[in-house]
Amino acid sequence: MTTALLEDMTREQFWSGSVIDCDVHAVVPSLDTLFPYQDKVWVDAARERGFRGPAGLALTYPPALATTARPEWRPADGTVPASDLSQLRRDILDPWRVDRAILNCYYAIDSLRHPDWAIVMARSVNDWIIDQWLNKDDRLVASLVIPARDPAAAAAEIDRIGGHPGFVQVLLPVRSERLYGQRVFWPLFEAIERNGLVAGLHWGGLAEHGPTPTGYASWYVEEYAEESQVFGAQLTSMIVEGLFQKFPELRVSILEGGFTWLPTWAWNLNKKWKGLRREFPWVDRLPSEIIRDHFRFSIAPADMGPPDQMKRLLGWLGTEDLLMYASDYPHLHTDDLSVLLGLMSDTMQTNVMAETARRWYRL
Amino acid sequence: MAEPTEQRVSKPQRFIVGRPSSIPEGGHVLVTAGGHEIGVYRFGGRFYGLLNRCPHLAGPLCKGQVVTEVFSPMPGDVRGNPDRAFVTCPWHNWEFDIKTGQSYWNPKLRVRPFPVGVEGAEALTAAVERGDTERVPGPYTAETVPIEIEDEYLVVSLRAVPAIRLEPAP
Ligand code: FES
Repeated sequence: MTTALLEDMTREQFWSGSVIDCDVHAVVPSLDTLFPYQDKVWVDAARERGFRGPAGLALTYPPALATTARPEWRPADGTVPASDLSQLRRDILDPWRVDRAILNCYYAIDSLRHPDWAIVMARSVNDWIIDQWLNKDDRLVASLVIPARDPAAAAAEIDRIGGHPGFVQVLLPVRSERLYGQRVFWPLFEAIERNGLVAGLHWGGLAEHGPTPTGYASWYVEEYAEESQVFGAQLTSMIVEGLFQKFPELRVSILEGGFTWLPTWAWNLNKKWKGLRREFPWVDRLPSEIIRDHFRFSIAPADMGPPDQMKRLLGWLGTEDLLMYASDYPHLHTDDLSVLLGLMSDTMQTNVMAETARRWYRL
Repeated sequence: MAEPTEQRVSKPQRFIVGRPSSIPEGGHVLVTAGGHEIGVYRFGGRFYGLLNRCPHLAGPLCKGQVVTEVFSPMPGDVRGNPDRAFVTCPWHNWEFDIKTGQSYWNPKLRVRPFPVGVEGAEALTAAVERGDTERVPGPYTAETVPIEIEDEYLVVSLRAVPAIRLEPAP
């Protein structure tokens, strides 16, 4: 079976315990959907200009590409996949009988440089999520979105809406103008911590300097494959800059960023810390320990290698409490979830399928 | 019939390696005593000996820089402690407390420390005659350190280090 399709198995045959899906998507089908949640001046501004919404969305998730939506999850009538609750119920919430699912809406708001419009977009997406999703299904909790280029405005939006019981996380596109550990982002993380939310680093975002660590790639596949390095750079920045000394309660989820890169990345960081720690003396323990305390990872994509090697890699994680199940609905991943679970102890399987996320998100 | 030769009491465990004045404050010298290469450091007016062999992967520890402690309770608040010094290994830059040999990042790891004392010539002359103390080439010289009356000398001891209370890492 693949990550998110039960195929010829029943839910019970596959997994009899609880399921928490920590990454399902709500897709804004069109800007019109958000008009009811925006002040008329912005609705008129969009009409005046023929503006159809943030341009980054189609770059991050090319609409017709196989990875953007699994064929089984593309509605026959041409409706945008994952754009309404009935689809999510039919494809994920009901067949998987989830306890909870965490709804992430990536609308590429960060691709807007217009400072006011970005705020309007973020507010309207959050209000749409409450109105059309959270209020209609108790199984759902969600990430709120922010104008990520503007830490002060982001903090204001988190304070406006972050107290809503349905929001458990703030979605941070992994590609950002600057590395998130930097002090300019302290107001953002302070607001996340203050509201008891998780920072969810998620695939997407428009880098000012290109989507790979060193410029623009020629093909989408490169961008897609190199993203893990951007996740690694953000994790490194957050640790080295002392974000977790400054905000000791801060929790960060790596979503849609894979996890197979983590053990070697952490070895390297540990090694560098031992020899160069005087440069950042606020980090007073091994980076791998900070990762275990402050990060969790979704398993879609799992980027699996051969099972025996994968089993060794899971051991290198050094903890059974780090990975969280995600379907990444409606995106296509082809890792075999039953093989992955088969490499884990019973405790780890239970953790991955629900309990790690339940504790992490306090569900 | 041969005269009976005087039996040595024991192999020397203490080595006269130089004069206190030969190591400036903050400086160090490398000496060989009893087959060990030992860095003799002067810090805060006192003397400390460390084996020139890093407990990580056996790098020549005493060839590394001496630095004082830097710590920080919070990003942006960097503080120094001039009273605590570390020898940094030239191979991987790990820091070892000059007084205890303790590694900064892994307190379980420790370079072998040797006590260094300052002793007067009179007592030392007796010790050399007893055979438990030897003169070895000292700082900046290949010559064996001569003992002159009225001077003081640095003595490195290879005996087990008296229990040192390891300071907790900051
Ligand atoms: S050999 Fe000394 S730090 Fe590695």
